[in-house]
This record gives sequence, C-alpha cells and structure tokens, in this order.
Amino acid sequence: MNNAGIIIEGPNVAHSAGAEHHGHEHHEQHFIWKYIFSQDHKMISKQFLVTGMIWAVIGALMSVFFRLQLGFPDSTFPIMEKFLGDWAKGGKLTPEFYYALVTMHGTILVFFVLTAGLSGTFANLLIPIQIGARDMASPFMNMLSYWFFFASSIIMLVSLFVETGPASGGWTTYPPLSALKEASLGSGLGMDLWLLSMALFVVSSLLGGLNYISTILNMRTKGMTMTRMPLTIWALFFTAVLGVLSFPVLFSGVVLLIFDRNFGTSFYLSEIFIGGKALPHIGGSAILYQHLFWFLGHPEVYIIMLPGMGMASEVLSTHSRKPIFGYFAMIISLIGITLLAFLVWAHHMFVTGMSPFLGSIFVLLTLLIAVPSAVKVFNWLTTMWRGNIRFNPPMLFAIGFVSLFISGGLTGLFLGNSAIDIHLHDTYFVVAHFHIVMGVSAFFGMFAGIYHWFPKMFGRFMNNTLGYIHFFITLVGAYLIFWPMHYEGIAGMPRRYYDFSAWETFKHFQDINAFISIIATIVFFAQLLFVVNFFASMFRGRKVTTMNPWGSTTLEWTTPINPGHGNWEGDIPDVYRWPYDYKDDGNGGDFISQTTPLRPGEESH
Amino acid sequence: MSGFITILLVILVFIIIYQIGKASEYAAAMRGQEVVKYKTNRVIGWMLVAFFILGLYGIWKCNEYFKPLMLPVAACENGVKYDSMFFTTLVVTGLVFFATQAVLFWFAFRYQTTEKSKSFYFAHSNKLELIWTTIPAIAMAILVAIGLRNWAAVTSPAPAEATVVEIVGKQFNWLVRYPGKDNELGKRDFRKINDATNVLGLDWTDPHNSDDIISQKGELHCVVGKAVKLLIGSRDVIHDVGLSHFRLKMDAVPGITTTLWFKPTITTDSMKRITGNPNFVYEISCDQMCGKGHYSMRGTIIVETQAEYDKWMSEQQTYYAESNPAPAAPAAPAGATKADSNMKAVSMK
Repeated sequence: MNNAGIIIEGPNVAHSAGAEHHGHEHHEQHFIWKYIFSQDHKMISKQFLVTGMIWAVIGALMSVFFRLQLGFPDSTFPIMEKFLGDWAKGGKLTPEFYYALVTMHGTILVFFVLTAGLSGTFANLLIPIQIGARDMASPFMNMLSYWFFFASSIIMLVSLFVETGPASGGWTTYPPLSALKEASLGSGLGMDLWLLSMALFVVSSLLGGLNYISTILNMRTKGMTMTRMPLTIWALFFTAVLGVLSFPVLFSGVVLLIFDRNFGTSFYLSEIFIGGKALPHIGGSAILYQHLFWFLGHPEVYIIMLPGMGMASEVLSTHSRKPIFGYFAMIISLIGITLLAFLVWAHHMFVTGMSPFLGSIFVLLTLLIAVPSAVKVFNWLTTMWRGNIRFNPPMLFAIGFVSLFISGGLTGLFLGNSAIDIHLHDTYFVVAHFHIVMGVSAFFGMFAGIYHWFPKMFGRFMNNTLGYIHFFITLVGAYLIFWPMHYEGIAGMPRRYYDFSAWETFKHFQDINAFISIIATIVFFAQLLFVVNFFASMFRGRKVTTMNPWGSTTLEWTTPINPGHGNWEGDIPDVYRWPYDYKDDGNGGDFISQTTPLRPGEESH
Repeated sequence: MSGFITILLVILVFIIIYQIGKASEYAAAMRGQEVVKYKTNRVIGWMLVAFFILGLYGIWKCNEYFKPLMLPVAACENGVKYDSMFFTTLVVTGLVFFATQAVLFWFAFRYQTTEKSKSFYFAHSNKLELIWTTIPAIAMAILVAIGLRNWAAVTSPAPAEATVVEIVGKQFNWLVRYPGKDNELGKRDFRKINDATNVLGLDWTDPHNSDDIISQKGELHCVVGKAVKLLIGSRDVIHDVGLSHFRLKMDAVPGITTTLWFKPTITTDSMKRITGNPNFVYEISCDQMCGKGHYSMRGTIIVETQAEYDKWMSEQQTYYAESNPAPAAPAAPAGATKADSNMKAVSMK
C-alpha cells in the first residue's frame, strides 16, 4: 500500500550526523552513571524491571499471608509472626492487618508492578530500539521518571512499617473510610504516606509517558512510518496516551483527599457520625471520589493490558513464523479500546446509587469494548493458523496470555451488564475476573516479553527447562485458583472478608478456600523459580552468539548483541518494509528484516 | 526449628530444579540444538493438549462440586429474571469460551514446527475481519438489550403499595427503621445521633418520629408477596446492602439516600424446606469495604406471612418509648395533627 500520505519523518539528528553518535560508548563510565543514575534507556528499563520484580515478590508474599488466613481461619502460622510481628501475634493475622495486606497487595501489583514494572520496562527497552532511535526524546526526564518511581516506592515501603499500619481501605481507598482517622487504623499515617506515594507515582508516570509519546512521534528512523511500527510500539504508544490523559485525574482525586484529611475541607465528606461524634462536614460527595478514581482506574486496566497485547502480538507472530494477522485491524482495535477506555469508568459504580439511565449508557459502552477485544483474539488465533510454531517459553506465555485473556474477558460481559453486576458486584466473581484478565494475563504478556527480550537485555538466554516448569505451574495454578472463585462469586460470596465462618450463606465454601490457598502458595514458589532463573541467567545463562537469535524482523535485532548507549555502532539502519514480513526471503530463510529493501517488483504490505 | 528445616527444604528443591534445568541445557548442547528443539516441541505440544483435556475434565468436576453449594432459587420476581438472564449470558460466553480455547490449543498443537513444516503467508482478509467484527457486535447488542430490559425493571420505581423500610449502615451493623402507624418516617439529623439514646439521630420535634420503630435485633421483617422499598443510608463510611438471595445490592452512602425495592416470593420457612437447611436465613452482607469489622457486618431478613408479620410488629416498641423510658413523655409529639401539614414535605431526606 502507499504510505506516502502518512509518513511522519522524525528529525533523526543522530541519524544524519553519523560521526557524533558514539559520544558515550568508548570512555568507561563511572559505576554510578552507568548503573544508578543512568540515562541509557536500556539501563533504566532494567532498573524498572528489577524494582518491579522486588515489588512483585513482596506483593505476592502478602497474598500468600492473607490466603493462609482465608484458607485456614482456625489455624495459626508462627512463621507469619516472624514476618509481621504483632500484626500476626501467635501466628494469627489480625483483621486490621488482613485488610492492610489486601490493600497493599492491590496497590503494589496494580501500580508498582503492572504499570511501572511493565510499561516502565518495555516502553524503555523497546521504543528506541524498535523505532530506530539512539535513546528517548529526553533521557534525563526518563531517568527522573525512574527516580520518582523509586521515591514513591520508598514511601510506600516505609508505610508498611508505621505503627498504625499501611493504608487498609482497599486499593481503591474510597473515602470516607480512607479520609477519617477514626474509621480505621490504616486511615492514619499509613494513608497519608499512601497518598504521597501515589502523587509521586503519577509524576513518574507522566514523565515517562510524555517521553514515550514524543519519542514515538518524533524519533523514528528513516522509513519507519507509523504504519511500519511493530504492534508493541503501537500498544506502548496508546498505553502512554492513556496514562498521560488519566493519571492527572487520579492526581486531582488524591489531592482533594489529602485536603479532606488534613485541611478540613469537605469534598468527599457529608453528614458523618463517627467515633462518638458528629463531624462538621456537610455537602461533600463520597461518590465524587469514585468518579475521579475510576476515570483513571478504568484506563489503568488498559494501561496494564495493552503492553501485554502488543508483546503477545509480536511474540506470537515471531514464533509462529507468520505475519500477525490483520495488522491494521490490530491497530484500529487498539484505538477503539483506547477511546472506549475513557468512556466506561462508571461501570465500577453501578450500585452506588448512580442514575439508572446513566448506568444504561455505561452498559452499552462497556459491552462495546468486547468488539475490538474479540477482533484481537480472532486475529491472534488466525496468526497461529498454519504457522510453524516453536514452543519456546516466550511463545508458551503468549499462548497462555491469549487463553487467559479470553477467559477473563468473557466474564467481563457479566460484570459490564449492570443488571448482572447488581448481584455480582464486589463478590469473588469480580476477584476472579480481574485477576485472570489484568492480573495473570497481563503477567503472562510480561513473562512472554521478558523471556523474548532477555537475550537483548543481557546477551544471554534464560534457561528453557525452568521456563517450561514456570509456565505450566503458573498456567495450571492460575486456573485452579481463579476458576472456583467464579462459583463462589455467583453464590454471592463477598470479597474483602476476613472470615466467613459466621455466615450461613457462605461458610460452606471453607474447603474450596483452603484448596485455593494451597495452590496459591505453590504458584508463589513457582514465581520464585522464575526470579532465580532470571538472576542466574543474567550471569550464567547460555550466551547469545548471533545478533538475531529468534529470526525476528524488527530493528532491535540489528543492534550488536550487547548494545552500548546509542544502540547502533554505525548509522541507524533505514527501514523499508512492515515489521511482519515472515515469508520466504528467496535464500531459504523464513523472514525478511525491516532493514531489507524491497526486492524488484515486490509490493510493500 | 521446623520453620528453618522447611526453608532449607525449599531451597534444596530449588537447587535441584535449577540443576535439572542446567543439565538439560548441557545435554541439548551436546546432542545438537536442532534435534532437541523438534523433540521438545513435540513434548510441549502434547502437554498443551493434555492441559486442555484435563482442563475440560476439571471444569466438569468443578461444576459437580459446586452444584449443591450454590444459592437456592431466587426469592423475588426480579431475581428469577436475573437468573434467566445470567443463564443466557453463560450460554453465549460459554460457547465462545469453549470454541476459542479449543481452536487455540488445536492450532498450537496442529501447526507446531516439525523438520519439514513451513508457514503459510496470510497477512489479512477483509472478509474474515468483517465477519468477526459483526458477529460479536450483534451478540453484544442482544446482551445489552436483555440487560437494559432487566435493569429498567430492577431500578424502576417501587410499587405504590410497597412497605417502606429504612436501613442504615454503621460500623459494623445495620439499623432498621419502620415508619410505624402513621406510615411515615420522621426526619433524622446526624447531629442528633447519640449511641445510647438515639442511634439514628431522630428529630423528636418531628411528630412522625414518635411512632417509628427501630427493629431491636436489627432484623428486617417483610411480608411474602408484598413489595418492600428500602431507603438506604449510612452513618459513617460507605457500606453496601448485599442481598444475595434476592440477587440485589445497593451502596449505603453517607449524605445520600439510595433505594432498592423487591417483592419477596418465598418465606424464610419455605426456604428452609427448599434448601433442606433448618438454619437457613436470608442474610444481608455488607459488600463495600468498611473497616476492620467489614466481614462481620451481618444483617438478617425474615420473610413471613402477613399474620406473622402483624404479630411481630405488634410486639415492637416505638423507639421513642424505648429510649425515653420516663413515665411521662415530653410535650414534643403532642399537637401533632396541627403541625402535620407543614412537616410532610420534610419527612424524609
């Protein structure tokens, strides 16, 4: 097709001035500038990844602790006292800390792992090397983005150790519960730290997002038109757009909550009697916070999903040795999902007493998202059809991603329909739904990405056998944990309950809760296996010996095995074709790199 | 000590698995990457098939296990509609689920790489893409249509003859107020709340409050076949009235009154027979995180016949009498009839 009309030429200063490009590479950099305050996008990406992994282990360990409580409410686990001290005196979790763990588990996994750890890692790693740029538009801002995230992490970590415990009102921290110190222990200092940490997190996310967008729009190499970008880049682009437009709204919500907590305003508070006295607040709306929160909160789930979708597309295509099916349909569906992501936030609020008419509009818009999502699924399936599939760990995780995305996406059709949500809202059905689709599925996308690009990051492979073990335990475990939760939710079992034994309606699910807890613990250890594999392979993995070990078409595989700052040693290569030319190259190879000029008479995609 | 041994064991298992991983890598290097690649590929292909088949078996077993544990038949009219709509959605999504998962694992297995296999260059097809954009769109339209019809029914105004009951959440229990003989709930003001004598902050200058009843055990009684309209409020943080057996749920938000109505069709006693559980009770679960006692914020609903209901009601004391046990009541409720017309507009927030 003729792309002339939509070519956006990047300025590419470095590209035209080939002589000055390796300014940084040849002199030895000091450790601090190379590994800590690095401005190299690849190093920043590794910093995000490692920080994300540390958070993931902490967050997952928390889930093991509260699952022990849910699975075995009558038992004690002395080991918990070692970790949690007085919060688990005698090995029994207190309700206060149970709620703190649930809250922190959600906050950590959603924001620190699946937002910063996921887009931070892959946007930084992939954007410059897949579009042919030496670095981000502003490497310095990029570095700041990581360090704001680091500061935010430290504050959140500190909040775990304050006397009244960390925030404990759920990861959504709805006021008035989160606004009033009298309402819960976790609404004390822990909540202030939570808010501060989130504010810094928003700053980090904006610095990163603006950088990603401007890099993609301005820094593409010659010939890299928008419609020749790999789908990973498209996905990371829309992820950044979503973040830039929605995080400020969370920020405003957070600031108003800080005011209500500390400066006597009444944005969210009205007519409250608590702690034995009536508060002076009148006229605020607790629901306002929910609107502000979910205006970020819903796009947030796509901020988590889109990078996985992009990476799964890339990995499925590469390891099926076949072009991604319907490249343009994939882009259009990404656009559709991005637009709709902003128009569906109130489906989290069907039962808040919101106008039923408004609810109807949100039902319609929410179920519309199923259409672009379905297109993506069918296109992935068709990509595999008549392919030549290699089952290496990245491919397996990409297949798992599709399987989980289908499972978790379909249950969204129940919850998005207000007439069904009115019963399922805040039950285990919701827990199952979002853990499968934006928890495990997003993680599978991330794992596919890590296994796939590990050779690019460290010049070594991760161990395949450990990868297979990791994959099968995680896939089987994820279904064993979350499949039964759907039934519990249909039976009305509420989420965020510390103990069900007093409930005639829910107490008979005790056995299955214990089963889920056991599987969750096993899956946790399987993730540690991945962590061991990651760090061991970093230093002792099999070395990559060719520039393009997967036989991939995209630009990152034209860089040296261990690229320095600036990525390419000579000129940045030009791009002549779309990123999915997995076809006979005329010499017995089964792919044609983007840097190969069109053959005479060959038509561009 | 046992904790220490457990940790050692876990580390040991890790080292063993890690060594197996390393060993297989060396073995692969010795026997030639290519041979091992195809062999591994076949094994993994079969494992995926096994996962799919065992998965189907697991789903079937899971169904069997949960069948006797699920909720009994819905106890109100809209709840029955709910169940049928749920079933429709389940059928639609279930078909898509099994079809797409089967295709996914079948393609993975069928088109795995072998020594001589080649991929087929197939980049796009407008016809296919049009088909699988249109079909989901139509399916969604149907689901939305059913959903909105039911949503309109559930959120429609309560029938005029509905019994009005107020239910107010507080950390961590429910307060249930009946309007009493005058059938009108009196005004309440959060500044008048006193945990000892006035839990809801009833305004004693409003004569409608004089006969209001606050259910003593927090039980919500209602008559089978007669609609109930709940006026839902909260004293402190957001709670949620969760009525699993009626397939309903509505938040209790401080500063706002939300409503919910339903027409119970099965009495508690009949439900005991249906479920075979002599301890059966309709429970109100708080479904919105409200603090450390959230999991224990339990209310109960008793659905009974008109006769039983009248008997229960006659045993209830007005809250005024209950909290002001002094022999002579102060003058407030007197002269009620005169003030009545002025008060009507402000009887409820």
